[in-house]
Amino acid sequence: MTAPVIVGRDLRKRFKQRAGGTLDALASVSLEIAAGGVSALVGPDGSGKSTLIRMIAGLLSADAGELTVLGIDVAKDPQAIQDRIGYMPQRFGLYEDLSVQENLDLYADLHGVSAAVRAQKYPRLMEMTALGPFTGRLAGRLSGGMKQKLGLACALVRSPELLLLDDPTAGVDPLSRRELWEIIAALVRDEGVPVLISTSYLDEAERCDHVVVMHRGAVLAQGRPDDIAQVAAGRTFRAAPRGEESPRKLQARLLADPTVTDAAPEGGRVRIVCTTAPGDAAFAGLALEPVPARFEDAFMILQRAADATRAKMSTGPAPALRAEQLSGGVKAEVVVEVRDLVKRFGEFVAVDRIGFEVRRGEIFGLLGPNGAGKTTTFRMLCGLLTATSGTLNVDGADLRRSRAQARRKLGYVAQKFSLYGQLSVAENLDFFASAYGLAGAARRRRIDWVMDEFALHPLAGVLGGHLAGGFKQRLAMAAALLHEPDILFLDEATSGADPVARREFWGRVNALADQGVTVIVTTHFMAEAEYCDRIAILDSGRVLAQGAPAEIRSHALTEGNPEPTMDDAFIAVVEQARAAALQGRAA
Amino acid sequence: MLSSLLRIAALIRKELLAILKDARTRNMLLIQPVIQLLIFGYAATLDLSNIPYAAFDRDRSAASSALLAKLDGSSAFQRIANITDPDEMRRLIDSRRVVLVVQIAPDFQRRLSAGQNAAVQVVADGRNSTTAGAALGSVNAAVESFNVDWRRDHGLAPPPVRLSPRAWYNPNLETRWNLVPALVGTITMMSTLMLAALSVAREREEGTFDQLLVAPFNPAEIMVGKAIPAMMIGLTQSTTALLVAQLWFRIPFAGSYLTLYAGLVLFLLAAVGIGLFVSSISATMQQGMLYAFVTIMPFALLSGLTTPISSMPRVIQAFTLINPLRYAIDLVHRVYLEGLGLDRLWPDLWPMAIIATVTLTAAAWMFRNRIE
Repeated sequence: MTAPVIVGRDLRKRFKQRAGGTLDALASVSLEIAAGGVSALVGPDGSGKSTLIRMIAGLLSADAGELTVLGIDVAKDPQAIQDRIGYMPQRFGLYEDLSVQENLDLYADLHGVSAAVRAQKYPRLMEMTALGPFTGRLAGRLSGGMKQKLGLACALVRSPELLLLDDPTAGVDPLSRRELWEIIAALVRDEGVPVLISTSYLDEAERCDHVVVMHRGAVLAQGRPDDIAQVAAGRTFRAAPRGEESPRKLQARLLADPTVTDAAPEGGRVRIVCTTAPGDAAFAGLALEPVPARFEDAFMILQRAADATRAKMSTGPAPALRAEQLSGGVKAEVVVEVRDLVKRFGEFVAVDRIGFEVRRGEIFGLLGPNGAGKTTTFRMLCGLLTATSGTLNVDGADLRRSRAQARRKLGYVAQKFSLYGQLSVAENLDFFASAYGLAGAARRRRIDWVMDEFALHPLAGVLGGHLAGGFKQRLAMAAALLHEPDILFLDEATSGADPVARREFWGRVNALADQGVTVIVTTHFMAEAEYCDRIAILDSGRVLAQGAPAEIRSHALTEGNPEPTMDDAFIAVVEQARAAALQGRAA
Repeated sequence: MLSSLLRIAALIRKELLAILKDARTRNMLLIQPVIQLLIFGYAATLDLSNIPYAAFDRDRSAASSALLAKLDGSSAFQRIANITDPDEMRRLIDSRRVVLVVQIAPDFQRRLSAGQNAAVQVVADGRNSTTAGAALGSVNAAVESFNVDWRRDHGLAPPPVRLSPRAWYNPNLETRWNLVPALVGTITMMSTLMLAALSVAREREEGTFDQLLVAPFNPAEIMVGKAIPAMMIGLTQSTTALLVAQLWFRIPFAGSYLTLYAGLVLFLLAAVGIGLFVSSISATMQQGMLYAFVTIMPFALLSGLTTPISSMPRVIQAFTLINPLRYAIDLVHRVYLEGLGLDRLWPDLWPMAIIATVTLTAAAWMFRNRIE
């Protein structure tokens, strides 16, 4: 290996917060990124990934420390670095009102790329990203996966000596993610460009050559993912639930155990990371099957060890989010019924004759890539959009036509943060409590309750818009649960959330389902399907498969892959359906 | 019913918090009207004073001096040059150093003494027709006064007709008396319409509107909850403006406050209705802002504030019928300066009531039925 491309020594950055006080975005970060291959920055929200990437790109100056990128001192000459790197910001940095071609041209102009180089570069970028047929389309009209590829293409218009990608796969489905990683792999292989990527997908980090694990502005570990995984060596197991117990029930039970660091449902069983090598007594009756340690296991151990308050969340008893207990467990009664549902926007068919049923007390997942029609279906269920045709029934009412009172029974957490950014946490909760008819002592009690459950008390006076991502999500959940809804709609609630926050989120959903709340979620994190009782996979507005997670996984069952993951299953189902559609067209 | 009122109260509280919490917005809404009123009250006056003019006195007689003394004696004019050369006249006017040049012919006194007509030429800068027109009017008055004096001093009979003007409700014909009360409506409309126009658009853009629609609010409740805070802020602004008009500009208030506020509430209802309708058809704040601007500008210009509606072309006059500000300005004038009661204000009240009903109904319908 040649000299490292990035060397940082004792980097510090402190931000002033609006509410007063300061935030140490980076507290003494030292790192070294080698010249070849792909390196990843991983860590929860607010751990300083973006700050560090922006610093490396010369967009932000460090308060203290030394940073050398491509042999150049960043503090002295940020422009020299910007002339030589490619940088793709979070949310892709595209101009949504410009077409694909205009975006590319704009970036080429900004970087002074000559016409000759463009002529040679454009066809290659178009081939690589498969955006060729869409050059005239506005960037704002592209799907998430296509935006991401266009963002990458814009970062590559001149041949960079280092590529920085800030969370490029946030909110993108597995197929698009796989395509992006193929592009990155080709880039590294063919052109030898070193790539630094920040991500909240741990399976992506596992694929990298070098990983930097961050936590609250500090580096917890760095090295090859395999080496870091050794932290968890001898502590990882798999166990199958006994009898009637579902994997997610078992997972919830295990998480409550103080000797368990992490537990996640996986392939019908539960993957367990123990705090120490387990004594037999702790897991009486469970057959523990040792499994090789993965990077994710080590990541969870490192994060939990570094953050004691996070650990409390998962080891505490299941939160009591409802005052009035519904009897738990899945019942036969159908609460949500969808039949032959169609939604057209002009010529475009967003939802094409889909149908499914959700039973009371069930966790039901709608999975699919961006643009599959999940959010459209959701908005129709919540009465925010009229269906073009079809039957729609939520707890005995069509919310579109029913009186406002019928909506009292449901809670809705939208895809993007949709509480009032200019109001404080307490004011937001106060408003929504009153909106749902809570008053006086009852209101105070409920607000206190959710603030306890979601650890929002210390943040009561902070403006909603100033909260970090994970806390915004907590606030949104808290607001949706104030009125003790029977049915909870969660639209992409974990999109962009870090692994630790996602685990917390599912812990809460689990607890709610246990208390009899029906939960309907959409997600494009396929692994999260394991938490659901039943799921439906959507693509291009149609239901491709539905059933329990095990049934869905069996779609990808092959000799070469006896234990397919949910990602494999998703890709298999979508590709089968697309192939069938092509055949249908050919015949 | 009670739960509905509680929900509306929650929405009103939330709206006021969101608007007034930010110190900049608060200042913008409460201090800005005062500043605007002070600026317009002083600057936008149409009463002329110290108009620069040049005298081209080719007679240089006692009579010509007496005429010029009439001009200099009125506060309207200020002589900045005596010229002797016609070219200089063009230079002064072209460079905008003077608005008028008064040219007195060499035989001015001779003709007057001979009992003949004498001509005084006035050259005005017509590029600003309003100023030129007003200035010429003042010259006329000065000449009139000169005529009267001349006839008296030379033992001639006074002119056969003499004008004896009295201006009711504004005895000194001060533009400020006309303008400042009218601004009560204009300034208030600008901020309330804008507030209302942005309120729903902002919620739509930030996704919070979905959250409202999912909660047990019905469209009418949302609309009432949005309209009332905007109107409360509008009424606060009107009150501030009225205070400035009376306490600072000392313009006497002739009517009843109850009547005035009843009219203002109706006017604000119409303004908020237009704002909410604009808001209901815009998907983003930017759209809301643009729509609001294209609405506010013609409303302000075609309200009778600066140009009398009766002198506008027919088509435009028809347009002003849907302009709530047109009625509000008339109403404020009538109550403030004339002291009329509600019974006489009917022609101003019912059109505003219709505008409010139509726009608010349309907005409520659009809230729920507008699909992106």
